[in-house]
Parts: sequence; C-alpha cells; structure tokens
Amino acid sequence: MTLASHIATSSRFKDNARAALADADLQDALSFVEVNFIARRREVADRLPEFEALRDSARDIKDHTLAHLDLYLEAYEERLIAQGGHLHYAVTAQDAREIILDICRGAGATTVTKGKSMVAEEIGLNDFLEGNGITPVETDLGEYIIQLRHELPSHIIAPAVHLTKAQIEDEFRRAHTHLPAARNLDEPTSLLAEARGVLREKFLAADVGITGANFLVAETGTSVIVTNEGNGDLTQTLPRVHIVLASLEKLVPTLEDLAQLLRVLARSATGQEMSVYTTLSTGPRRPDDPDGPGEYHVVLLDNGRSSMIGGAFRDMLRCIRCGACMNHCPVYHAVGGHAYGWVYPGPMGAVLTPSLIGIDKAGHLPNASTFCGRCEEVCPVRIPLPRLMRSWREREFERHLSPATVRGGLALWAFFATRPRLYGLATAMAARLLGWAGRARGRFSWLPLASGWTRCRDFPAPHGETFQSRWKRREKAPLPRPGHAP
Amino acid sequence: MVEHEARRVGLLVTCLVDLIRPTVAFAAVKLMEDARCIVEVPRQSCCGQPAFNSGDRTTTREIAAQVIEAFEPFDYVVAPSGSCAGMLKVHYPELFRGDPNWQPRADAFAAKSHELVAFLVDVCGVTRVAARLEATATYHDSCSGLRELGVHDQPRRLLRTVAGLRLAEMRDANVCCGFGGTFCVKYPDISNAIVGKKAANIAATGAGLLLAGDLGCLMNMAGKLHREGSGIEARHVAEVLAGMTQEPAIGLPAIDAADAEAAGAKPTVTKPTATKPTATKPTATKPTGARTGAQR
Repeated sequence: MTLASHIATSSRFKDNARAALADADLQDALSFVEVNFIARRREVADRLPEFEALRDSARDIKDHTLAHLDLYLEAYEERLIAQGGHLHYAVTAQDAREIILDICRGAGATTVTKGKSMVAEEIGLNDFLEGNGITPVETDLGEYIIQLRHELPSHIIAPAVHLTKAQIEDEFRRAHTHLPAARNLDEPTSLLAEARGVLREKFLAADVGITGANFLVAETGTSVIVTNEGNGDLTQTLPRVHIVLASLEKLVPTLEDLAQLLRVLARSATGQEMSVYTTLSTGPRRPDDPDGPGEYHVVLLDNGRSSMIGGAFRDMLRCIRCGACMNHCPVYHAVGGHAYGWVYPGPMGAVLTPSLIGIDKAGHLPNASTFCGRCEEVCPVRIPLPRLMRSWREREFERHLSPATVRGGLALWAFFATRPRLYGLATAMAARLLGWAGRARGRFSWLPLASGWTRCRDFPAPHGETFQSRWKRREKAPLPRPGHAP
Repeated sequence: MVEHEARRVGLLVTCLVDLIRPTVAFAAVKLMEDARCIVEVPRQSCCGQPAFNSGDRTTTREIAAQVIEAFEPFDYVVAPSGSCAGMLKVHYPELFRGDPNWQPRADAFAAKSHELVAFLVDVCGVTRVAARLEATATYHDSCSGLRELGVHDQPRRLLRTVAGLRLAEMRDANVCCGFGGTFCVKYPDISNAIVGKKAANIAATGAGLLLAGDLGCLMNMAGKLHREGSGIEARHVAEVLAGMTQEPAIGLPAIDAADAEAAGAKPTVTKPTATKPTATKPTATKPTGARTGAQR
C-alpha cells in the first residue's frame, strides 16, 4: 500500500483550486465548515464574557514563552528526564523520522497506532514507517478515513471534512470486507461504531503508540492532547511505548497557562467549551500505576521553527492549531484544504507553509487571499495573518519570484501612479475611450487584458470623464449649488 | 480646531471612483458640504494599495509620501471607500514605522483620515440625511471598512433616515464578496465562486438595490449580478445618502436627455430612474419598492 505522499503541490494551486471548484462532492462537504463551525464558535464565544480578554492572555502567554523558549525548554527537559522520559531533539524532518524509526525498531514494533498529529503529516511519517516495514494505523476517525483513501488531511482539526457521508460509507464498505455487506450505515454514529470496532483490535495489537501534543508544559514535563473520540488515550496507554511527536512551539510555562489556552482552543476550533478528552501525560508508567507505557519518548521537532523566532514570521509560532482561520476563510470555503497542496491549509498554512517548504514553492498561498481579515478577527492568539501573508508577498517581490506579467503590469501602473499629473491625463483618456465604447450597454462583457475579470462578470463602463477633470471645471466655473453634479 | 469653524477636508477620490463613477465623489462632496465642511480635491492618483498588496513596498512608500504631502494642508482626509481609508489609516503608519522623518507625518496623517460615512457620523455628528428613495435595499459590509475601521452601524443608521427606503439584511453581509483588489483577476475562478455565493445572498433578500461603501466590491457584485441576468441594481451608499440616484446604477447605460435634465433636481424627487415604465407607478406616499421591476 502506498500512502499519500507529502510532496507539495502548492505550486499548482490554481489547477488544484479549479479541480476543487468543479468537484460537486467536495463543494457539498465544504458547506459544513462554512455553516456549522462558524455558528458554533460565535455561540460559545458570545456566552463567555471574558472571551476577548482570554484571547489577549493567550497571545501574551505564547509571546512570553517564545521570548524565553530556551529557558522553558531546559525546564521542560529537566522535568521530563526526572520522571523517566526521554527527550530527542530533531532539527529536521528527516531527523525526526529516523529517531522515531529507531525507537520503533528498538521496541521490535511491527504495528504502531497513531493519534492525530499534524506534525506527523509534516514529516511524512506514515510513508516513511511503511517503507521501513512498520504499519502505521491512524486511530482518529477522520485520519482513519483518509488513510484508507490514501489522502492528506484537508483540515487541521477535521482531516476528512472534504468528504460527504456517502463517500465515507462507500470507503468503509470497500475496506471492511469482513463485515456483512447488507449492514446499515445510514447514520454517522453507525460509521463511528464500525470504525471503533475495527480499530479496537489494532489498539490491542500495537507495539508503539504515537501521538502529537497540543501543548507541552515546562513546569511539569507534561504533554497534553485534546480529542473528542478518546482514541488518543488508547493510543498512548495501551502500547508498551508511547512516542510524543511535537514541534517546539507547543511549549507553555505552567499548568495555569495551559488552562488559559485550553479555554480558547476548543471554543475557537469546534465551538465546544472543552474537548471531550483532555489528556495529560507525564512520563512512563510508575510502579504503582495500573497502566501506561513502559517507555515515554518525546521527539521535539524544529524543522525551521527556531529560525522563525528571530524573524518576520515569529507571530506564526503562537498558533495553537485550532483551525478557526480556515473555518472563516472564504477562499478555504471555496476550494477546501487539498488545493493548498501541502499539510497546512487555509490562512495559517498560507503563512506557515512558505516558512517550511520555501516561498518559491508556496508562492501562491499567501497570494490567494482577498485580505478580508476574517482570519485575524477570529484567531485565538491574534496572529496578524493578513499582514504576514503580505510579508511573504514582499519577499516574493524582492526576490523577483512573482510572475513577470504581474511585475510588468505593476511597474507600468506605478509609473503613472507616482506621477499624478500624467496619471490624470492617462485616466482622462481611458475614461473617455471606455465611456464612449460602453455608452450603449453601460458595461462590458469583454475587455482586452481583463479576461480575469470579464470571464465571470461584467465590467461597468466609466461615465466618460474622470471626477478630477470634472472637478477642475467646477473650480474654474462659478460654484454650482453644493451637491449638484455638473 | 475651533468648534464653529468649518472643517477643511481633502477628498481622496480613490482611483476607481475617479475613473469609473465620479458621481460617488460628487455625492461625498455634497454630504460633507451639507455637514458644513469645506471640501477640496488636491491632485492625486491612487493610495498605493495595489502596490502594497503586491509586495512592492518601495513604490508604495513613494506613493504614500506623495499622498501625505498632498493632503498635509487639510484638517481631515476623507475617502468614499473603507479599503482606501484603511490603507491611509492603518497601513501608512505601518509603512513608515521606525522612519524618524516620515513616521510622525504618517501617524498624523492617519489620525485625520476617515472613511466617508464614519466621518459623517462619528466626526461631523450627522444623524440624518435629507434624501428620499423608494426602494428596498440590502447593505454589504466591505471587509476593510468593517474590520480595519469598524464601519458597520454608521451607514445603516443614516440609511434608516432616507425617506421611503427599507433595509433588508442579507445573510453573511460581513463576508467578503471575493473582490480583494488584484485577487479577483489573479484567482478569477475562486473569486467567481465567492461572489456567486454573495450574489445568491443578495438575491435572497428580495431587495432591488444593493448598497456598499466600496466601489471595487460594488463593481464585482454588480458585474456578477448582471452576468447572471439579475435586475438588482447596485450603488455606492453615498449616492443614496446624498439623494443623487438620478445617475443610472452601476453598469447600466446612460439615461436619455430628458432624464438627465431631471438628474439635476433636488434629491426629494421620487421619480424612478427606470427608462421604461414600471407596472406599478411609485408615488411618494405609497412606497412600492419596485423601482425598476428589479426585484423579481
């Protein structure tokens, strides 16, 4: 079995988007995001008077942690080791993959269960393990579904949100051939029950459990995951070995800080006050514990993040992966997550992806935004996403990576815009010409060099004279009655 | 400045209004003059937003400096666009942050810059307008005005004082129309999908008239509505507030000479601008909402 590759297709964003817009099932599925996530978040945020203050606090906690990341990393490591855990620093994705493979081999593992982890997607862990003879089994329902379909997640908290219920039912019937063909899968709960039944055996058979972490707490050396299905708990308590794979910005100083961040996380993500399960793991099983893993490893991934700390994109490291930005993004609503072509979609992906795979490959992502600002409006840690996307556009422009047509058009426009007198003459001519050409219909359904506009909509014809030239006449002539259009 | 002295306003026309729809600027002038402002129009081109959003900071700074200088003599800078006003008020200071010469000038410029309707309500204290229009309108909140400048209640408050006008709120009025400046031509397919949803929400209100505070968004939405064969008309909110709706709506052909004559009349005129007679003749006493038969 070959799993979906994590090779980026972000440079083909336009083609991806076109395919997504033509995909009726996808468009049907996406309406869930647009309607449900937004309404639920609104409702739960409105119920909490201190929600906006909590967002400020969440931003400040993450900023503070990033400013003193070295200290908190040291504190975290010390606590973790004191409790019998192992910490592995992974500078690159390759390092992380190899560390994890070594741990799995050391445990003699043939099967690993996995809790939902975007960092595991980022490093392409499943492909790698499989290529090395170890079978990864996703246990989050959404991740399980897309693993069956050999796809990447299309959303950071709802990986299979691009699928309709009917598509999932088809997939289950195709994959679960050991079950009666005539079984009823009409209800979402029956799909869930079926996945649970199938996964239960995998949980018990797994040698190693790999989870991500929503947070790492420096004060106690604890890793924290939030889930709604309880699959994470089974993944990390049943196997002999538990590996936590986390990127280094997941660190927070104290349990108190964790509590604050949890209050904005689920509200922003799913519109819940709390996720159903919030699980704290602090080291391997102790002698008196009734259960838990014999070994507890934390693989801390950098993969370019430490170089973001001192740079223009530092604010992005505050991200707590709630998905609110994509839930509120009109572009995401239109094309879904796969069009973005890599692991992280939506506005947060448009900022993070160029940091991780390069602006030369991901240039479309920060450009494919209307800058409507809704993402920033809902971000629980107040990341200025439009400003950061614009910063990427600036880098792209400075490095001459933007398309020649865009640069040429911009240069021509700038030539006039920086010379107001000449600009006035040119626009007066354009207004006259276009006004004359469009006087009968009042609008154009085709214009030279404007097919991007006129393919989908009409363009209004100018009145024939610019405001500034009319105004000049008004200034020369005796003043007409105020408000009287000449 | 002294309480009773007239406010001296420099109008930032915006490049789209200048080129495509001068009526919006004349409406802005009328509204501000009615609010006892002295309005002037210094020579200008554009606020620089196309360059700014394309990542060309050098050109943007050059244009911004030129705009700041041109408007330095005025007490206020007002633009009939939330997007351009947001550029002046929010992004100009960002452009010159840390520049000892230009940052103070950009900050002072930003402090006196306003979006038109917010300026009328929040600065001039305008509470009502003397306009009349028999129509049912729906108002779209353009993104920059809404989220960068907090323009939301002001236009609705003034629109409620337009005699004969009924407001029908659309679903997701605060959601982007898909214009996004150069976005709509760089990613036309996505822009089309977004404006398609917007057009459906507009149509679902049953309103015959679409209003907004930004000509770019209006051109996008009107262009889509026209392409879909809809008869819904689109106008800048300033045109309605100033009672200057004699001009054909966005993207409609020029009216004939007789109607043009009427266009100069006072805004209390209730004559519909439709070029062909409508089934129900609107009168001042009985609003019909069916100005051009556009609702169906």
